[in-house]
Amino acid sequence: MADATHFVFTDEQRELRAAVRRFAAEQSDEQVVRRLMESDLGFDPKVWARLGAELGVLGLSVPEADGGVGGTLVDQAVAVEELGAALYCGPLFGTVLLAIPALVAAPDGEVRDALLAPLVEGARTAAVAVGDRAGAFDPAVVTVTATAGGALTGTVPRVVDGAAADDLLVAATGPGGVGLYAVEGTAAERIPLTTLDLTRRQADVRLTDAPARLVAGPAEAERVITHALRVGSALLAAEQVGGAQHLLDLSVEYAKGRLQFGRPIGSFQAVKHRLADMMVDTEHARSTAYHAAWALGDGSDDPALAASIAQATCSAAYADVAADTIQVHGGIGFTWEYQAQLYFKRAVTDAALLGSAEDHRARIARLVLATASGDAAPRVATGTEAR
Amino acid sequence: MSTVADSTRVAEAARRVVQEHDPARGGVEEFLAATFDAGLAWVHFPEGLGGLGVSRGLQAVADTILQDAGGPVPFALNPIGYGMAAPTVREHAQTDELKRAWLRPLAATEHIWCQLFSEPGAGSDLAGLATSAVQDGDEWVVNGQKVWTSLAHQARWALLLARTDPDVPKHKGLTYFVVDMHSPGVETRPLRQLTGQAEFNEVYLTDVRIPDAHRLGAVGDGWRVAMTTLMNERSSIGAGGGRRGTGTIADAVGLWAARPDLHTPALEDRLTRLWLRSEAQRLTSERSRATATVDGPGPEGSVGKLVNAELNQQVYRFCMDLLGPEALLYHDYTLRDLERTEDRLGPVQQRFLRSQANTIEGGTSDVLRNILGERVLGLPGDLRADSGKAWKDIPRG
Repeated sequence: MADATHFVFTDEQRELRAAVRRFAAEQSDEQVVRRLMESDLGFDPKVWARLGAELGVLGLSVPEADGGVGGTLVDQAVAVEELGAALYCGPLFGTVLLAIPALVAAPDGEVRDALLAPLVEGARTAAVAVGDRAGAFDPAVVTVTATAGGALTGTVPRVVDGAAADDLLVAATGPGGVGLYAVEGTAAERIPLTTLDLTRRQADVRLTDAPARLVAGPAEAERVITHALRVGSALLAAEQVGGAQHLLDLSVEYAKGRLQFGRPIGSFQAVKHRLADMMVDTEHARSTAYHAAWALGDGSDDPALAASIAQATCSAAYADVAADTIQVHGGIGFTWEYQAQLYFKRAVTDAALLGSAEDHRARIARLVLATASGDAAPRVATGTEAR
Repeated sequence: MSTVADSTRVAEAARRVVQEHDPARGGVEEFLAATFDAGLAWVHFPEGLGGLGVSRGLQAVADTILQDAGGPVPFALNPIGYGMAAPTVREHAQTDELKRAWLRPLAATEHIWCQLFSEPGAGSDLAGLATSAVQDGDEWVVNGQKVWTSLAHQARWALLLARTDPDVPKHKGLTYFVVDMHSPGVETRPLRQLTGQAEFNEVYLTDVRIPDAHRLGAVGDGWRVAMTTLMNERSSIGAGGGRRGTGTIADAVGLWAARPDLHTPALEDRLTRLWLRSEAQRLTSERSRATATVDGPGPEGSVGKLVNAELNQQVYRFCMDLLGPEALLYHDYTLRDLERTEDRLGPVQQRFLRSQANTIEGGTSDVLRNILGERVLGLPGDLRADSGKAWKDIPRG
């Protein structure tokens, strides 16, 4: 199934990782995160533009012909993982995880090209309002309608990165079925919401006869949106891995340095074993996230299954590791001043976005258990064999 | 570093063995002896000792060709021999003649090996063991009791860790030997386990004499030599891998599919969790193998034994809970000779009982978590009550 190069990063990917890590250390340290999470916009557009134009990490898997770098989904995952480790504040979820993959999958055309290039360059940002059900496209939950002339009406609640987005990609039911449309952010009424995780903003989006351009018609929309949600799931998993590894490192360092009863708390087995379990969960998360990135990129596995394996594993791992991080730190972990709370809230948010671990397990059950054969079932002893 | 030329050399040697020796006609021992002579038993070993002196990663090249031609999986036939004895003998035996004399019959599975490490009083704290070895001229005289020895009744040779100096701290007073299981004073008794079977043995050593030439490493250096053995044990137990859905989880999924009458939503989610964790561990093993050739072993390589042991238990416990009252029956508690039992794993109830050992054998999960914490994460060690004390002054019980 997986060929030999799976899981092995190229020298270019290692350099990419180092470059993004360096950038994040300079541009997104904890102080910056705290300043931005309490700012109106929630991110710094100048830094966002540098991520696009200078580092070129917003459209790493976008083909060169479309203005991207022409790399792989693995490249994009590496960048997202590092930004997740730094809890970078910016519209990654709306723009990089969902909008850009949707546009890459959308049919060629003027609308698509005009939207894609500025997103890849970091000149504009986007949010996606498609009303997914547990990370999968479902036409039944689309709440927006489109006229034949392309005017959208309806409300989409809790659109991530929606308040500040320059472009909104909206699923809407038109005369011929559900299509994917682009709406100017300013053409929508947006109600910014106070979010549990201040580093990842949401807004209710209300559209009233808003002018829209068709990105993918009813014949294409489902494929395009499904692709975006799967790529988004794989990339969200990478972000979760970055965050979990950061918290594991933080907890280990704390357990080495914090003294109680005259010894480092990390020398107590109760604490040491918790940290060992956090490491196991983080390593499992990493394997499933990387597998999804490789498999979705080269088609070596069922994309729906690979994405759900990653999301089911990484959502649980990040949330568990974050809760354990607070526990290992004790009282300090519960304070506003300490960074554990910021990651904890991101972990909880990421776990709920694009489907919960439970949602993805239910999908795995349908894909795997429902099709399994009982031919190789082990024998069951009946208590009569010895006679 | 492995090169294309090395890979070609290994493949050619393997194809020659396959052309000249048919495992179906010539027999397993002849085939494996030829494999040893061709340097394919352990390709990273020196030439003449079952290897070609090439990268260990190329073993898979040889194994694929040999096993595709119907060759046996030698590790399954002589697990302690291949997994632990071979690397230890190769590194620490006193002469090349001895190395060769031990390794060739080991490779051919003509001589089965076992290890005499654990004792009733020394399990996780292996370095606290009490079996004594006292020097007498060119020989050592060994007295003590070993336990949990698999294959002892079949083995010709054993790896032995014994105490040669009780007056120094426990790790410093150990010496490592190879002992002939046919020596006078070696008595092997089957040890019955909770499944009703006896996979393991107790071995009583009474005035057993070992020539000094069969000592591995220096006197008092046994602990360091034992690390060679144990590191290889862990990597061989943790290897895993395989295709998606294979391994222990296949038993649970197979039983689930065979018994739709027993399905409930709660059981379905429980099974899905187990499937998911098995798959995450399988991918982790795959990642570990892929990256180890480039970066050396990483943290992901250390989790396999811990995770798989716990998963095995959870998988079989799920099977029992799925079956409900039907699971409360057993096939047979009569003690039988395992070699004559066709279905060694037995029915699912026996597999369930057997899995209780998984978190103990080859390093308890409790100790493995310490190892992950200390060796991988770099956390400080626990306080030790026996630190710096002479072995004879350490309380035991």
